[in-house]
Amino acid sequence: MNKKIHAPISHEEAADLRAGDYVYITGTIYTARDAAHKRMQETLDRGEPLPLDLKNNVIYYMGPSPARKGRPIGSAGPTTASRMDKYTPRLLDLGLGAMIGKGKRSQAVKDAIVRSGSVYFAAVGGAGALLSKRILSSEVIAYDDLGTEAIRRLEVEDFPAVVVIDSLGNDLYETAVLQYRKQEA
Amino acid sequence: MDQEEERILRTIQTREITENIREMCIEANHFLSQDMCRVFYQAAEKEESPLGKQILEQLKENLQIAGEDRIPICQDTGMAVIFLKIGQEVHFEGDSLADVVNQGVREGYTDGYLRKSVVKDPIERENTKDNTPAVIHYEIVDGDQVEITVAPKGFGSENMSRVFMLKPADGIEGVKNAILTAVKDAGPNACPPMVVGVGIGGTFEKCALMAKHALTRNLEEESPVPYVRDLEKEMLDKINRLGIGPGGLGGTVTALAVNIETYPTHIAGLPMAVNICCHVNRHVRRVI
Ligand code: SF4
Repeated sequence: MNKKIHAPISHEEAADLRAGDYVYITGTIYTARDAAHKRMQETLDRGEPLPLDLKNNVIYYMGPSPARKGRPIGSAGPTTASRMDKYTPRLLDLGLGAMIGKGKRSQAVKDAIVRSGSVYFAAVGGAGALLSKRILSSEVIAYDDLGTEAIRRLEVEDFPAVVVIDSLGNDLYETAVLQYRKQEA
Repeated sequence: MDQEEERILRTIQTREITENIREMCIEANHFLSQDMCRVFYQAAEKEESPLGKQILEQLKENLQIAGEDRIPICQDTGMAVIFLKIGQEVHFEGDSLADVVNQGVREGYTDGYLRKSVVKDPIERENTKDNTPAVIHYEIVDGDQVEITVAPKGFGSENMSRVFMLKPADGIEGVKNAILTAVKDAGPNACPPMVVGVGIGGTFEKCALMAKHALTRNLEEESPVPYVRDLEKEMLDKINRLGIGPGGLGGTVTALAVNIETYPTHIAGLPMAVNICCHVNRHVRRVI
């Protein structure tokens, strides 16, 4: 089903989404990938506050290419989410609303998604030019020294994504593949 | 003797290589080769899943935007893999070959607004900020020309690639299973629909290099070896029956092509490698 949704995403709104829903996201989201996750983890370990409030917010696993003049951002598609699995349950337990990435998640992440009532979206990998056009503005808010891996606040409009893991723990990567698997000829 | 040499050797100024590589890095990241586009468009027609179709449509639109608005097809503009086939009658003049190649990559990635994804050391991981160094494969061949292939490689799919040291007794069935295992494990992480490069034979490193090189072969060209040609077709069919589909979200278009290279090997072994590439299978070739 095609749905239009807003970010940040409350747990009540997340509860309405089902694996397989095609959504268009409008609102504010934040980018963070490998190096930013490592730093957020170290910050939490030291008992210090994170550079962004996680509550209901959406993290997009993405490191853009540089923006050309007059554009807010360069190519901006998702990166592989599983590399963030190690850090994710803790962020979900702190209130993270949703994640956008590509690829499978660990059982620990799925459990944390269900526990916290969150949701995992996939954006189409390798559609960085198209997704770039759905980003209206981009501003580095933390870890500027990490370059492409810095944390950015993005304003997005009709950003296309697919619900892969919903708050009930359904996983589209597992179910849809079975639906189209064919017996040996 | 001197005169004879002058007639045979062709002198190439190495700075010519820099300019070519600069342009090729930018071109490869904004435009796919024509064969790649045609195969992609044909495959899109065949997708059975509605969601899969929707995703393939997005990817088509993405290619169009990339070319028209000059936004890289994918934000992972890759590590620059460069194949240089150097005619043995070529004489280079100027700065060293590796330096001029890396200078081309540096200029291409900076001037072309491409992402700098290379770290100086695999453990310390400090970004080199200009996407150098490239991974350069040199080959000396007949003739007096230089063939340059620039193939920026994304790591979502690179990370899902594998080397299998099979036993001779595993035979062709072992090879088929290994390819399917690699593709299944790659699943959505490799941004399907994928292109699958396979190297069979040689040694540990030779098969990996063949698998990488196979990705740069024209997708509409078949292998000249009859059993390899059949194997390529059979594996493409088997992969597309796995159900992984576009984006890994289920469907019948999981791979666009399987390209296989082979080489003689040792009586005791059957090494093989599977280099997975996403649908952004980039390569530009020029001869100078
Ligand atoms: S695997 Fe390919 S399409 Fe996917 S993010 Fe990497 S380079 Fe882009």
